Amino acid sequence: MTKKFICGDDAVAEGVRLARPHVISAYPITPQTVTVERLSEFVEDGSLKAQYVHVESEHSALACAIGVSSVGARAFTATSSQGLLYMAENLPYASGARMPIVMMNANRSLATPWSILGDQMDSMFLINSGWIQLYVEDAQEALDMIIQAYKIAETKEVMLPVMVNLDGFVLTHTYEVVEIPDQNMVDKFLPPIRMPENSMNLDDPKCLCISAGSDTNLEFRIKQEMDMENSVPVIERTDKEFGDMFGRYYGGMIDTYQCEDADAVLITTGSVTGTARIVVDQMRGEGKKVGLLKLRYLRPFPADKMAEVLKNAKSAGVIDKNISFGFEGTIFTNVNSAVKQAGLTLDTLNFIAGIAGRDITKKNIREMLDSLLASAMGEKQESIQYVNVRCKL
Amino acid sequence: MEKLNAKNLTNEELFYGHKACGGCGESLAVRLAMKILGQRTFSVHPAGCMSAVSFNYPHMCFTNNAIVTPFAASAAVASGVVEGLKALGIENTQTVVFAGDGGTADIGLQALSGAIDRNEQLIYFCTDNEAYMNTGIQKSGLTPYGSKTTTSPAGKNLPGAITKKKNMFEIVAAHGIPYAATASIGYLEDFMIKVQKAKETKGTSFIHVMVPCPTGWGYPSEITVSLAKEAVDSGLWYLAEYENGEFNLNRNPKEFTPAKDYLKKQSRFKHLTDDDIKIIEQYRDETWRRIRKNWIR
Repeated sequence: MTKKFICGDDAVAEGVRLARPHVISAYPITPQTVTVERLSEFVEDGSLKAQYVHVESEHSALACAIGVSSVGARAFTATSSQGLLYMAENLPYASGARMPIVMMNANRSLATPWSILGDQMDSMFLINSGWIQLYVEDAQEALDMIIQAYKIAETKEVMLPVMVNLDGFVLTHTYEVVEIPDQNMVDKFLPPIRMPENSMNLDDPKCLCISAGSDTNLEFRIKQEMDMENSVPVIERTDKEFGDMFGRYYGGMIDTYQCEDADAVLITTGSVTGTARIVVDQMRGEGKKVGLLKLRYLRPFPADKMAEVLKNAKSAGVIDKNISFGFEGTIFTNVNSAVKQAGLTLDTLNFIAGIAGRDITKKNIREMLDSLLASAMGEKQESIQYVNVRCKL
Repeated sequence: MEKLNAKNLTNEELFYGHKACGGCGESLAVRLAMKILGQRTFSVHPAGCMSAVSFNYPHMCFTNNAIVTPFAASAAVASGVVEGLKALGIENTQTVVFAGDGGTADIGLQALSGAIDRNEQLIYFCTDNEAYMNTGIQKSGLTPYGSKTTTSPAGKNLPGAITKKKNMFEIVAAHGIPYAATASIGYLEDFMIKVQKAKETKGTSFIHVMVPCPTGWGYPSEITVSLAKEAVDSGLWYLAEYENGEFNLNRNPKEFTPAKDYLKKQSRFKHLTDDDIKIIEQYRDETWRRIRKNWIR
């Protein structure tokens, strides 16, 4: 094990190197670009033995990965924002064909207005694409989750692609000390890919990405949905195994902080969790019963696990770095559905924040938690709140 | 290697049992090419007639490994197949794309250009029936002037399509591709020899094969092959190759059969006036002046 002072994009590249993909299809887009730059250097210096394909677009980046996976080889690609949407039609294509591709997405705003800074409008757009979607909090988790992602994706009862999401700039371009696991340990954790049932091969030729009519199509989708659900125990198990081997366990589907006796719980994804943890500590110091729930996966959605944590809370608030125009934040919709299905009656609030890189400060988070505590005390709050706003609402 | 002909071609079929229309020129080209390419071929098919008629679960019509791709992505998926096989150390295989005219000259052009630029070890066939036939005969970038399609109607104001056919062969050649050719199912031995040449080429190769479509062109299904031949004989299509950086004209008719005879056999051209036909002949003659001057050595 070594330690390096690197940014989130570098950490992803280090994770990819350790995961030994056969082929990398690469196309640049800010703020993902550093990842494909670093991977090209690893291939050049021989520390990563992989085919590096300079595709001519993001559409081709994922299409190429589909081709790689179709012959049973391990594929990696990376994208962001407009690039993710440009390749969008290939996402359900890959998941429907049950291809265990791993893709890094640097969460970035969508044009227009243009912005290269971070929010989650891009990945939220593709939440229905049939991909496992996970969100990381720091560079270390980014590296570790690339390795875990391949193991989860390639598990026989899952066989689904995984999108590893990092907040643009806040994670992709921030430097941290990151532990780089030993290759021999990673090789033990992540065995070589084997997928003879759903890949083309010379011993047993196959036709892939076929048509299925109204008499069979639904059954293909149901199998896909069942295997998405099957991925939940695989995700939990894989994270535990990873923790046992490398000393870092992330909590599986969700991570919780100070939730046991919390009246008000703030629900986060990604890098904002770190800031929220500090605010929770401060407010706990003041005797306020606040807690924090980090959603690590949005697909599959950790409905049961989240509801279990929220069962004694009086209010819960969701930070959404996205707006589903005409309604509310997308994660909020998901949380509300899970809360309703679990029969919980707590109040829920939505905080739309961090759009196009707008800061989410400690002060902002304190205001969110204050609002949640007020709601827990029965004071009516705006259910959808825009945070750190500079215009009249 | 013995020169390929109808007598020494294998009787083994790799592509059969599909639902293509009677008289389909495209399925004929694919069937023949697959016989030459063999069982160790990975065939890659974008959305189009061939994927629509051959991959309907549970009824699969390719006995080799085959994959359907997103419409724009055939050359990119094929690149992934090539690179994946290479990384896995699987040798002595062929990776081949069969894309239509729209899938090549319109939506698939960018991915094709990238694959040629990288010199991927693949063969790309453009099976050209001069319109989007699978969706019901809409104009593509390879629809010729004067052709009536469901999106280029012929009427009082327009003679059908008003664009010239994109010059895919020379667009591809301009990449400096190791091997490119035009072909026709009207000249099957010429086509077979070109497929064999592509198979033996190191790097990317491209074959643009003209495949008449009775449904889209409006002619009786039994004349597909003779009509394809007539397209070449009338000079409205040509047989050529690009190899080692040079063009070569394979067939240089002393005189052309009348364009009008070829055009008037098809309902897509039946509205054409003599003036429209003059425009078509003028395009033809300009092309031939240029290629005779530059491609005959």
